[in-house]
Amino acid sequence: MPHLMPPLAIRAFTATSALGRGLEAHSRAIAASAGGLVANDFSTSPLPCWIGRVAGVEDEPLPREHAEWECRNNRLAWLALRQDGFIDAVRAARGRYGASRVAVLLGTSTASIGATEEAYRRLDHGVVPRDLLRPAIHTPHSLAGFVTRVFDLEGPCITVATACSSSAKVFANAERMIRLGLIDAAVVGGVDSLCDSVLFGFNSLELVSAEPCQPFDANRKGISIGEAAGFALLERAGEGEQAPLFIGYGEASDAHHMSTPHPEGLGAELALRDALARAGIEAGDVDYINLHGTASQKNDEVEAALVARSFPATTRASSTKGFTGHTLGAAGILEATLTLLAMRDGVVPANLGATTPDPLCGPQMAWQVEHADVRIALSNSFGFGGNNACLAFARQGVPA
Amino acid sequence: MSAALTVWVKGIGLWAPGTPTWQAFREVAMGGAMPGGHERPVADTLPPNERRRAPESVLLAAAAAGQAVAMSGLDAATLPCVFASAHGDQTITDYMCATLATVPAELSPTKFHNSVHNAPAGYWTIATHCHAASSAISGGEESFGAGLLEAATLAVADDRDVLLASYDIAGTGPLGGMTGTTGPFAAALVLSPRADGAAIRLDISPEPGNSAGAATGDAWMDGVAASNPSAKGVPLFRALAAARPAALRVGAAQGLDLHIDIGGIP
Repeated sequence: MPHLMPPLAIRAFTATSALGRGLEAHSRAIAASAGGLVANDFSTSPLPCWIGRVAGVEDEPLPREHAEWECRNNRLAWLALRQDGFIDAVRAARGRYGASRVAVLLGTSTASIGATEEAYRRLDHGVVPRDLLRPAIHTPHSLAGFVTRVFDLEGPCITVATACSSSAKVFANAERMIRLGLIDAAVVGGVDSLCDSVLFGFNSLELVSAEPCQPFDANRKGISIGEAAGFALLERAGEGEQAPLFIGYGEASDAHHMSTPHPEGLGAELALRDALARAGIEAGDVDYINLHGTASQKNDEVEAALVARSFPATTRASSTKGFTGHTLGAAGILEATLTLLAMRDGVVPANLGATTPDPLCGPQMAWQVEHADVRIALSNSFGFGGNNACLAFARQGVPA
Repeated sequence: MSAALTVWVKGIGLWAPGTPTWQAFREVAMGGAMPGGHERPVADTLPPNERRRAPESVLLAAAAAGQAVAMSGLDAATLPCVFASAHGDQTITDYMCATLATVPAELSPTKFHNSVHNAPAGYWTIATHCHAASSAISGGEESFGAGLLEAATLAVADDRDVLLASYDIAGTGPLGGMTGTTGPFAAALVLSPRADGAAIRLDISPEPGNSAGAATGDAWMDGVAASNPSAKGVPLFRALAAARPAALRVGAAQGLDLHIDIGGIP
């Protein structure tokens, strides 16, 4: 059995997605049940599908001092970092603890592979064009390298790339390092940006819907791909802590198949049980679950059954992929942010996009937006390769 | 001052061009043998059909991981695992980018699902029926040390034996020209938070600065160590082969090394 986890304070957090830049844009969209998916206009030969695209990324290059990191993924990171006072919060933590005591632990599935794709499109007799001849962006570690440079940090710096659970798992990395005294604070989060690899890749697996995605709908036809960036700053919680709390996590493997989930959701259930145990809570204590809910046939089937059999009807549950699309490696942090906003605002997001509920769904599903006292909440993130993570949070002021 | 992390080594695995097993590497490191020719990694932990389908990165990682787990005598199904790699499967990334630049709609679904950085973790957990936590990380040029830090942290934090495998393959095409990785290498450790009869203890402490990477003076070892980021673990494995108390540094991030004291040798 895992140990009880000492809660961590979430000193600052932010996200940027198709819903807009920063917390208030997300809060407004959720309250109004106004999604951000648009018809696909990305890439040179756009597939007929819908995407969650962040507006304006093309128009905002990185500042000159960060030019060597220039690419869509790092632009998106830079956009997100500048919201909600996040940069100041990290600089303050660096000042309190020192550059080597703050870690950068970030998730991504494809990092800046979009820049590598562009380099291959623009090869001149097999040679990469000069402006893209920057090795630091043609590697999965591009994002974490960039963010570390932005804050001039010298602590542990790790990229977690476990597909769609990536930026959920970084919360667990941070907890372990803080508990063992290796660090005092961690910048966690993740970024994934639209690129041909994921659009044509998921299309080749026949997992992309031609219509806006419909999580948990009986007639769902697949995912809509999105892009997002999000970050959180984690530290030990103090006496009478007034920040929202990260209280538990679970990680587990399906050991079933590379690209389809375990039919009984074994890994997902193990991750859930692990998270509840570390948080010292029971299923009945959970007020809201932000579901993975990709709108793929298999994920939603397995997850709907897991929620229906594990939680009382008082636990509310929804997928927010209908708002943002599936932001892949950024889904963990984006949905952790939406979960924290649900607690802050007392608003359970609608399961946007579904009109005909899948009969496998239980009474927990919030098909429409609801107002509720959300004290304890979970966020599910499941990835390719059967890689599952579940995060548990408590609202500020809720005794852990 | 006590070390930040203390772990014991229960299993070791290694594949390098010329030394396809930890035993073969050890014999070369001890000075009694010459490296042999290039042999295909033997990933016999994977079932035969998966072995045929798996890309090179998966075979390489699974070969080293399989050796380490066999030496530990533990059941792989019980071990949380950390797979570290700077660049993942560069052959597939090269294929993907080349295909997307010309005929994107013809992208192979199998290549796409093998392209994820956690493909080795996925294949491994499926083959070993492992339901424990599995991770796939990158730390750029310091990926080996980042993986060692993460695996040792996990072992101590959760009081469990943990499998670490770090692997990189040779770069291919225009991408290979930028990553500068010239050859394949993989190494694996089973790390335990308890002695339990394990011979070798690692006392690991993060220390500011990067001063790792000094040449060993052995041309073959130095050549392997320079071939890719995972191979920066070579000095540690050389010291493990010598089985003598020693101290060394391994880069774990830009501006951060791990200071490692090797002890507990009988």
